Amino acid sequence: MKVIYILWLRQLKRYVRSKARIIGSLGQPLLFFLALGFGFGPIYTKAGGGSYIQFLAPGIIIMSILFTATFSGIEVLWDRQFGFLKETLVAPVSRLRIILGRIFGGATVAVVQGLIVFGLCLAVGFRPVSYSLLPLALVYMILMAITFTALGTAIASFLEDMQGFQIIINFLVMPMFFLSGALFPLQNLPKPVVIISALNPLAYGVDGLRGTLINMVHFGLVTDLCVLLAMAAFLTLAGAFLFSRIEV
Amino acid sequence: MKDSNIITVQDLTKTFNGLVAVDHISFSVKAGEIFAFLGPNGAGKSTTINMLTTLLRPTSGKILMNGHDPATSPHKVRQSFGIVFQDPSLDEDLTAYENMEYHGILYGVPKDTRSVRIEELLRIVELWDRRDDFVKKFSGGMKRRLEIARGLLHHPNILFLDEPTLGLDPQTRNLIWNYIKGLNKSETITVFFTTHYMEEAERVASRIAIIDHGKIIVQGTHQELKAQTGTDSLESAFIALTGRDIREEESSNLERMRMRRRIFVRRHR
Repeated sequence: MKVIYILWLRQLKRYVRSKARIIGSLGQPLLFFLALGFGFGPIYTKAGGGSYIQFLAPGIIIMSILFTATFSGIEVLWDRQFGFLKETLVAPVSRLRIILGRIFGGATVAVVQGLIVFGLCLAVGFRPVSYSLLPLALVYMILMAITFTALGTAIASFLEDMQGFQIIINFLVMPMFFLSGALFPLQNLPKPVVIISALNPLAYGVDGLRGTLINMVHFGLVTDLCVLLAMAAFLTLAGAFLFSRIEV
Repeated sequence: MKDSNIITVQDLTKTFNGLVAVDHISFSVKAGEIFAFLGPNGAGKSTTINMLTTLLRPTSGKILMNGHDPATSPHKVRQSFGIVFQDPSLDEDLTAYENMEYHGILYGVPKDTRSVRIEELLRIVELWDRRDDFVKKFSGGMKRRLEIARGLLHHPNILFLDEPTLGLDPQTRNLIWNYIKGLNKSETITVFFTTHYMEEAERVASRIAIIDHGKIIVQGTHQELKAQTGTDSLESAFIALTGRDIREEESSNLERMRMRRRIFVRRHR
């Protein structure tokens, strides 16, 4: 337990100490929110969708969680490059505990980042329909964060260097984001897009968060919760397995 | 105690995709001695150390470290050694003290012993005054000293040092060897090290093994090695035994990445 805690604490300390990283990773979601929110807002309203800012905010919160969590997972690569990974690999502790510490640490950072973006959205004019469902919203955020930190860790376990990382971002994370319904509703889309979205774990996170914050659901809150729980558990196990096979 | 072996290696072999990196080597290290493991680049030194330290699984052969087999009880083996890797393995975004503390927790050192031991070791390597500084502000020599202190925190019986003085100036190298020799006595710890500086091996090692092309070609004291080759320095003996050819090592992606990083860090210091 102590080992998991100390690795969790390490991630948090690193996060709090890198002011540049905090500000840098808030920039992108904020830019998306302002540019798309105010740019497409009038069209969205004209098409009868209501307030686009309201619709977009949960998607932007998810976006910040997605990117922070995936990056945190990929930090395994960073540790490999900077050598600290070896220090943990020769320690007399199981790889499972190391990976759990890393995943919880990364996920915590991602949730904190998501909450900051949530605050920024409130400042720009976003208003949740009810505050009573906020705890449930937090649950979705935590599950998303765990899922994608685990995914990042799993990917980093078989990548050799940072070059491969850019490919993952371009061909996996970005498409997942665009096909998640974060930026536009999934209703009335071409069939293939709907099918792909249904296979995208991120779509369930977006749906869950949108359901709890602005009472607008596509898959259903229970489905979202079940899918996310299953994905978080599966990816944590997969990440732990892949990580345990790392040889230096 | 002097004649008991703390590391015993028998017929150890490692192949990577049919390529033999370590070829049926056998040697032993006595408890309390300073043992030098020498060889040209690509001879199999790192592969051997990685197998001894549980980072790689041997293809065949047997290892006994402090009475434990890395294949069957890796955690007991891990508890028995400390290691300073060739590349820095500190978390540079943490302070010196935090790096020590985290190591102590990873190795299950109880809280009160931990703080006493950290202070003791940081004082020995003269970093106690800098304990709350971030490691990224440290020079190469300071990082090495911190890593040595960290490697000893959990009272290991064996200390592995993979080229501990690489890239350091003569003053720092001297200082580091003084610490190591002192700790070898005060902690009665066995030291297993590699180096390319032959005069270091000659000066500090009680026994030396030379590995080349995955095979151990000779082992003994530096006097024995010199007598055997009819040379007057370990450097000449080493060249007589391993030849003058320059070894071309194919670097892995990971090594290239580390090399780039080293160049990058130097440029920005």
